[in-house]
Amino acid sequence: MRRRVPLTITFIFGIFMTLQFFVPHRVSQVIYQEILKWFIIIFTFSLIFGSLVLMRLHSIRIRRRTSGWGYSLVTLTSLIGMIVIGFKTGIKEGSLFMNLFNHVQVPLEATMFSILAFFMASAAYRAFRARTVDATLLLGAAIVMMIGRVPLGTFLWSGFPDLTEWILEVPSMAAKRGIMIGVGLGVISTALKIILGIERSYIGGGE
Amino acid sequence: MRGCIIFLILFTFSCFLPHSSNPQTPPSPPTDIKVFDTPNDAGRSVTITWKKSLEDTTLIEYEILRFTDPDGEGISAGKVSLGTENFEDKEVEDGVDYFYLIRAIAPIGFSDSEQVGPVRSKGQLYDTSRTNVLIGVMIYSFLLLYFIYSARKGKELFVRKIAGLDAIDEAIGRATEMGKPILFVPGISVIEDVATLASLNILSRVARKTADYKSRIIIPNRDPIVMPVCREVVREAYLSQGRPDAYREDDIYYVTYSQFGYASAVSGIMVREKPATNLFLGMFYAESLILAETGASTGAIQIAGTDAVAQLPFFITACDYTLIGEELYAASAYLSKEPMSLGSLKGQDWAKIVIGAAILIGILLTTLNITFFTNFFTI
Repeated sequence: MRRRVPLTITFIFGIFMTLQFFVPHRVSQVIYQEILKWFIIIFTFSLIFGSLVLMRLHSIRIRRRTSGWGYSLVTLTSLIGMIVIGFKTGIKEGSLFMNLFNHVQVPLEATMFSILAFFMASAAYRAFRARTVDATLLLGAAIVMMIGRVPLGTFLWSGFPDLTEWILEVPSMAAKRGIMIGVGLGVISTALKIILGIERSYIGGGE
Repeated sequence: MRGCIIFLILFTFSCFLPHSSNPQTPPSPPTDIKVFDTPNDAGRSVTITWKKSLEDTTLIEYEILRFTDPDGEGISAGKVSLGTENFEDKEVEDGVDYFYLIRAIAPIGFSDSEQVGPVRSKGQLYDTSRTNVLIGVMIYSFLLLYFIYSARKGKELFVRKIAGLDAIDEAIGRATEMGKPILFVPGISVIEDVATLASLNILSRVARKTADYKSRIIIPNRDPIVMPVCREVVREAYLSQGRPDAYREDDIYYVTYSQFGYASAVSGIMVREKPATNLFLGMFYAESLILAETGASTGAIQIAGTDAVAQLPFFITACDYTLIGEELYAASAYLSKEPMSLGSLKGQDWAKIVIGAAILIGILLTTLNITFFTNFFTI
C-alpha cells in the first residue's frame, strides 16, 4: 500500500501529462494550468520546510560549536535578518530589503560567477596538455578556435574565421547532436519506466 | 517646339488614364478572404487570411471587422499593419457564428472587402501538427516495452562497460577507508526534470553502498522539493540494507535557491569537510566548473554525469569520470542489473539504429530532391 499509492499517482499524472501534450482542448489546458498551480503551492510549502531545515541545521552547529560554526552564525543571522527586514520594510524597490539584495546578494553572486574565469583558465591548462592523441586534437581545435575569434587570426590568415565556423558547425555540432539524440531517448525511456512503475528507485525501490 | 507639342499630348493623355495611386480615390479592397477555425488550438480563436490590396504600400493599415449578424453593425476585431495577410481573432466565443470583412484604410478613404462567413470556433481534441511526435513516441515505446518484457523472460543482455559507473563502488570504498564523507550533488534543477530523477535513481544505489560501508553521505540541495525526496530515497536505502541507525537526516539539507549561492555553499563544504568522493549527477548550468574545479583542488575522486551538453567539457576536464548524456539515464539499470531495466537499454539501442536509418534515408532522398520524408519530421 505504501508503494502502491505513489506509483498510482505517478501513473495517472504521467499518462495525463503525456496525453495533454497532444490534446490542445481548453479542458486539457485548464487541468494543466491547475496542476501548475498545485506545483507552486507545493513549492512554497517546501521552501518554508527547507528554510526550517536550514535553520535547525545551523542552530545545532552553533549550539555544539562544531568546526566552522562561525559560518553557520553568519548564515543564520543573514537568513533571519532578511526575513525580519522583508516583513518590516516590504520588498518594494528602494526598501532596505531590496537595497540589501541589490547591493550585497547580487554582487556576491556576480563575484562567484566571475571566479569562473579563473577556473576556466586552470581547467584549460589541464585539458590542453598534449599527452595523448585526443588531447592533442583538443589542443589543436582550441588554438584554432581562439585565434579564429580574434582580429589577430584574420590578420594572420583570412581563412581562420571560416575554419572556426566549420569546427563549430560540423564536427562539434555532429557530436552535440549525437549526445542529444541519446539524451532524448534516455529521457523518454526513464520517463516511461517511472510512469509504468518499472523504475522505483526514486521512492526507495523495492516491490 | 516639336518637343513641347509631344509633351502636351502625353500630359493630356495621361490625365485620362486610370491612376492606381491617386490619393483621391479609395484603395482597392483586399481579396480572396478566407476565414476558418484556428487549427490545433484550445478554441476561442478564428483565423482570417486575405490577399493584400493592390495599393498595399500606400495604405495606413488593415482593420478586421467582426459581425455576429451579417446585416448588423460590425465591431473592430483588430488592426494590422500594411503588408500583413492574416489575423487571429482571439476574442470570440466557441459555437457562435461570426462573419468578417477586411477594411483597407488609406490616408483618404477606405475600401471594404466582401463579407465572409459564417465561421465557428471550437477547441480541438487532437493536435494534428504533433502526429509525427506521436508516431515516434509510439514506435519507441513499443521497442522499449518489447525489450523490457523479453528481458523479463530471462533473455541474457550484453551491456557495455561504463567506467564512470564501475568507479562508483571504488570511490565509495576509498571514502570509507579514508574515513571521509561522500558528497552527492543531485544537480540544481527541479524535481520534474528527468535528469534529476535519474540522479535520484543513482542516489538510491549509492546510498545502499554507503549504508553497507557505514560511510557518511552529504547531500546539499538547491531545490526545496528535491530535498525531501533525497531524504526519503536515502532513508529507504538505509532501511533496505538494515542500517536505519546509520541514517543521518541532518546531512541532507536545503541550502539556497540562488544558483551561485549554492555553488558557493557546496564549494565551502568541499573545502571544509574535504569529502573523499564527489558525485555530481543531474542537471548543471554555469556552476558546473566552479564545483568540479573546487573538488579537484581538494583531491577528491570526482564522478560527474549530466545531459547538459554545454557543461560536459567542464566535467570531462575537471573530473575523473564523466557520464555523458544518456549514460546518466542508463546508470540506474547498469547499477541495479535488473533485467527489466537492462531491457530498456536494449530498446534505446534499437531506437538509435532506427534514427540512424531515418537520417541516412533522409540524406539520400533529399539529395534526390525528394522532400516528403524530411518534411514529415518537421515540428
